[in-house]
Amino acid sequence: MGKGRIKVDFEYVSEGHPLQTYLRWNRLPHKWCPGCGIGIVLSCYLRALKELNIDLNKVVTVSGIGCTGRLASYVNTDGAHVLHGRAIPFAMGVKIAKPHLKVVVISGDGDLLGIGLNHLIHAARRNVELTVIEVNNMVYAMTGGQLAPTTPRGVYTTTTPKGNVERPINIIKILGSIKIPYLARWCVTHPRLLINSIKKALRKEGFSFIEVISPCVEVFGRHIGIRDPVEFYLKLKEKIVIKNTSPENAELDWNGKIICGEFLDLELGKGYVSMITSDRRLKP
Amino acid sequence: MEAFITANIAIAEAAINVRLDVFAGYPITPVSDIMEYLALKLPQYGGRVIQVEDEIAAINLIIGASWAGAKAMTATSGPGFSLMAEGLGLAVMTETPIVIAYIMRAGPSTGIATMYGQADIMQTKWSSHGQYEIITLAPWSAQEAYDLTIKAFKLAEEYRVPVIVLGDAALAHIREKVRLRDEPTIIERKKPELDANEIKPFKADESLIPPMPCFGEGYRVFVESLCHDESGFYTTDPEVYEKLVKRLNDKIRVHSNKIFEAKTYSMQDAKQAILAYGSLARICYTIVRRLRAKGYKIGFIRPTTLWPISREKLLKLIGDVKSLIVVEGNYGQLVREIERLTDNTKVKFVYWLKPYLPTPQELYTHMMNLGINFEG
Repeated sequence: MGKGRIKVDFEYVSEGHPLQTYLRWNRLPHKWCPGCGIGIVLSCYLRALKELNIDLNKVVTVSGIGCTGRLASYVNTDGAHVLHGRAIPFAMGVKIAKPHLKVVVISGDGDLLGIGLNHLIHAARRNVELTVIEVNNMVYAMTGGQLAPTTPRGVYTTTTPKGNVERPINIIKILGSIKIPYLARWCVTHPRLLINSIKKALRKEGFSFIEVISPCVEVFGRHIGIRDPVEFYLKLKEKIVIKNTSPENAELDWNGKIICGEFLDLELGKGYVSMITSDRRLKP
Repeated sequence: MEAFITANIAIAEAAINVRLDVFAGYPITPVSDIMEYLALKLPQYGGRVIQVEDEIAAINLIIGASWAGAKAMTATSGPGFSLMAEGLGLAVMTETPIVIAYIMRAGPSTGIATMYGQADIMQTKWSSHGQYEIITLAPWSAQEAYDLTIKAFKLAEEYRVPVIVLGDAALAHIREKVRLRDEPTIIERKKPELDANEIKPFKADESLIPPMPCFGEGYRVFVESLCHDESGFYTTDPEVYEKLVKRLNDKIRVHSNKIFEAKTYSMQDAKQAILAYGSLARICYTIVRRLRAKGYKIGFIRPTTLWPISREKLLKLIGDVKSLIVVEGNYGQLVREIERLTDNTKVKFVYWLKPYLPTPQELYTHMMNLGINFEG
């Protein structure tokens, strides 16, 4: 607990709160900085669970390491905070052992697109029945502002003092090349659309993936010279273009437009776990 | 039922006997046949076999499966185990029962994939960062590979710890008669009382081992790789950290007398003894028997548990032999632990570094060349 932090009686606040039974109130206050967007993602996820009226005893929330990695510990479901990059294999193990559970991975861009990208691509390729929500703040924030695989070109980070020369990953285009049942990108500036999208993803039979653009005012904001959360959110709103297009048109250009929307919404039939737990032999 | 099978297949049969639920693995010589055999047979018993993208995925997948209540296992060799090191630490920290069949081959690095080595004894104990204790078992025959794999599943659940069944490339494909159990071995998990207000998945009684809840049963359990309190939530409290790490180690250390096992031969009047384990112990055993037949007062000690070793039990086994000859298929690993635990002036070491299993004559000559004297 930092000095000067306002003491809040969370037990009192939780009374009658719309997400009363969805949060682990004794874990609050959360660790995220002022202006951070991850709290909005958490809220959208919990609201999606609530609106779908899913039994919380049948949900497992898994996070990796990083700022978003802390998310799972605030969710009042079974959950895990596992190794850096390994949330997906852990979640797969859960799903295979208990296929009736709804298994959700929520983690950051460094965790899922950096150290854990291999697992993400293979889970998508296998069409494992997981919902993966990747929160993209374009920087390694928890470790203090180093280069992420999503950092825009030219941006200063603590490990690229002369500016980033690498091209950032556009995960929608990568996963778009693999037919997955559901693929979308949203931004925390549009929470209602994100809730609807998470609800859709949770109802999908196979692998579903949502990227959420989220402002990191404290670290990324410092790198790009925006220190005011409101200014950052307004800047994001300027860049967001909502367009349900094909994945190859889902541009993510920090200096131009960020295309948000649903890019894949397919019915692929039975997913991986359902197939391996069935005793029927596949025809070649 | 009796079967004429290799040690690798015996390990797979043991997994079937305990009704393994989830096996995840990545192909690697000399262990791939475990996954191949299980892929064919395990589904008939309701288990699932998943070939994943790498060994990192394999170990993390089985940890997740174990938390969902499954008996979970992987099998690998040196390079794969190196990749699993971090996951091993996760299993230790989250006290997750998993079993790893580890078939050593000649290293370091890619080494000689198809050939013999015993050089990963320390790796099974020390590969992941942080201070921890785990259990490593070392069979010397196909029958023992079967029996110790079943035992590994029991120990993993009993102590909530990863258990390694450590074989080697020579043992893996030894084909011999194995007596298989006709009835399945049922290993139950000790679960806490289901009271949603007070679930403390990391609160232990005096046994130091907490009962383990599972996902999907209403516990709302949280599995934390960070330092956690008894409820499972992150804390940086130095007292909590010390208590946790101490317990993770002590739950194995205080039970080491119970866990550690060894077989002996003709130790009653022995003045000298050979200590060896795994497939190389078979060669040493032949040497001991031949020397005995010639009237030498020599005995034989073969630990089937390599980690943890109980000093009390080990000293009792050694008795008052004048010299203890440790023979290993490496350049000195377990011998360091034996020296530490015993009167090290008695300990002599014989390395075997050729990547194949020697004949008794070849090993005997090698011992002579190293200046080992056998006294009549």
